[in-house]
Amino acid sequence: MIEILLKSVFQENLALTFFLGICTFLAVSKRVETALVLGLAMIVVQSLTVPINYLIFQGLLVEGAWAWAGMPEVDLTYLKLISFIGVIAATVQILELTLDRYAPVLHQSLGIFLPLITVNCAILGGSLFMVERRYDLPESVVYGIGSGIGWALAIVAFAAIRERLRYADVPEGLRGLGLAFIVTGLMSMGFSAFVGVTLP
Amino acid sequence: MSRNSPLALWRRFLALPNDSRTKTLGVAFLVSLVAAIAVSTTSVALKPRQEAQVQAAREANLAEMVATLPGLAEVMRETGAESLETVVVALETGQIDPTIDAATYDFLNAQSDPTLSQPLAAFEDTAKIGQRPNFAPVYILRGTQGLALVVLPVYGTGYQSTIRAYLALHGDLTTIAALSIYEQGETPGLGTRITDPSWQALWSGKQATDDAGEVTITVVRGTANTATEVDGITGATRSTTGVTNLVQFWLGDLGYGTFLAALKAEEF
Amino acid sequence: MRKSQLHHLTAPLIDNNPVTLQMLGICSALAVTTALDTALIMSLALLTVLATASTLISLIRAHLPSSIRLVVQITIIASLVIVTDQMLRAYAFEISQRLSVFVGLIVTNCIVLGRAESFAMHNPVWPSFLDGVGNGLGYGLILMIVATIRELLGSGALFGVTVLPLTANGGWFEPLGFMLLAPSAFFIIGLLIWGILTRRPAQVEANEFPIVSRALAEKS
Repeated sequence: MIEILLKSVFQENLALTFFLGICTFLAVSKRVETALVLGLAMIVVQSLTVPINYLIFQGLLVEGAWAWAGMPEVDLTYLKLISFIGVIAATVQILELTLDRYAPVLHQSLGIFLPLITVNCAILGGSLFMVERRYDLPESVVYGIGSGIGWALAIVAFAAIRERLRYADVPEGLRGLGLAFIVTGLMSMGFSAFVGVTLP
Repeated sequence: MSRNSPLALWRRFLALPNDSRTKTLGVAFLVSLVAAIAVSTTSVALKPRQEAQVQAAREANLAEMVATLPGLAEVMRETGAESLETVVVALETGQIDPTIDAATYDFLNAQSDPTLSQPLAAFEDTAKIGQRPNFAPVYILRGTQGLALVVLPVYGTGYQSTIRAYLALHGDLTTIAALSIYEQGETPGLGTRITDPSWQALWSGKQATDDAGEVTITVVRGTANTATEVDGITGATRSTTGVTNLVQFWLGDLGYGTFLAALKAEEF
Repeated sequence: MRKSQLHHLTAPLIDNNPVTLQMLGICSALAVTTALDTALIMSLALLTVLATASTLISLIRAHLPSSIRLVVQITIIASLVIVTDQMLRAYAFEISQRLSVFVGLIVTNCIVLGRAESFAMHNPVWPSFLDGVGNGLGYGLILMIVATIRELLGSGALFGVTVLPLTANGGWFEPLGFMLLAPSAFFIIGLLIWGILTRRPAQVEANEFPIVSRALAEKS
């Protein structure tokens, strides 16, 4: 379990190894405060959706899931994309409503970023990887938390670097987005150093 | 047109303000219905074709692998064999089971059917397949001087998908004739390079076991130094580790190991 | 086609490119660009989904309640992607194997949802269709450029056909292994953006903290 947790944060970081969720990664990383808030929201959504999607996948979609209703050969795995997205959209909506009711200040500061999480490829990617790697329920929970933390770590570090770069003398054409791409490439090279690390 | 004809009802529905509850529910329902029909129809209609594709890929791979092995064509001509002989082996005992029809045995189905397979404990499940089928098909070619080729269907979990391949062994049952991977879903451009013919060619001639008889064939990082090592692929370490694990598992006692030992002892 | 409508088709190629300017659709742009054939298939798949989704959403835009707007859009896009994936697996099996998980990720590809929200929801059907095709082409253009560089320098081939003979095969070209790793795509896109912005100064971002000469600063 610890291995899955550490692997998903460092060696298989969703943002820097698989490059998932890059659109939001680049767009929301101008300031560390906003990056931190978005990162926290990502952790919550990922930790909830990966296990829930596991339950839905195993309970409703795989072949044999409908055996209790007398239809054991029914195989609905082709619906996994749509059902995962549905769960993600619903989770984000519920999170939004909960925050609005119990922590309105936090909800205000998140603003538009919360609905943006629905279309973050990292969340969907996390669930799809959970299916491909055949994690069970406890592993799904750990993987959800770990991959969320990994993505949050990446975006906060990136925002910190970008804040410093604001004062640098950058060629006009590279300013902003161009430099952001190159910095992300460098960060990803840095993170690839973790690949050979194995726990004792 | 009467007030309650379908067309009139439809027009009335469309005329409702967008945020009314009826309209919201109605639009949601209609969109879901259309989407569901489109997706289900496509999936069901295309399923036989997709399965045929997987089957064709598998057979093409087998045929291709056999065709490229040097000397094999000659052996087949000598013995007059048109193709490989298929047998179904009981993996627990290593014996051929003549009661199961090799031509119709569904190996793929057995891999996920709990009544046709045996669950594996975590420490023995090095290929991460969860359960091991009780029976497996094996393809054998006998030449005039004994066994010429044995082809074993193998599979296991790679980095992010199930990798399926054929492992062909020469008559001595230790030298690898070829490894042919016919199905995988690894990272495009990186892990998928395990299907490069140039990498798969590296497996030919490698020894599956070391001098002591232990199954040690491994994909190393960088270049191989011994006959039981295969060159690695940059950026595809975990996919190639998956390949190593599945090859070692299926050559071991929980896989075809018992059967290969029986073959070596010339029990058949 | 009137000139103004043609504009929807051509603007996303350079002036309003989804990847280099709008910052959309980057995730999938990186992994599938190690080879030209996967990049081409991915671009075509995205173009098909984008054009169809924009058209459909534009068709029903007048009757879409705002509370379920996002979910309905996503449902339409997801269904289209599933259908595309099933077709690929039935008719182009080898390619679909190589694209693996990334075809499914077209669902959350920001380009599709982004253009649906910002364009198709507020424009008639034909311009929406053109906009979808245009953005698909813009995305495809970037993908093909990056893939050309990566495949040529990383494997010495284009579309699998050897152009620069590798030393491993007796030739003279030592491939740059780095090109096959993901970060290289980032560098290439970053440099591409630099190139585009030098030619189109209008797209350059404003400098928030311009460096003032010391002499001036000391004076005041």
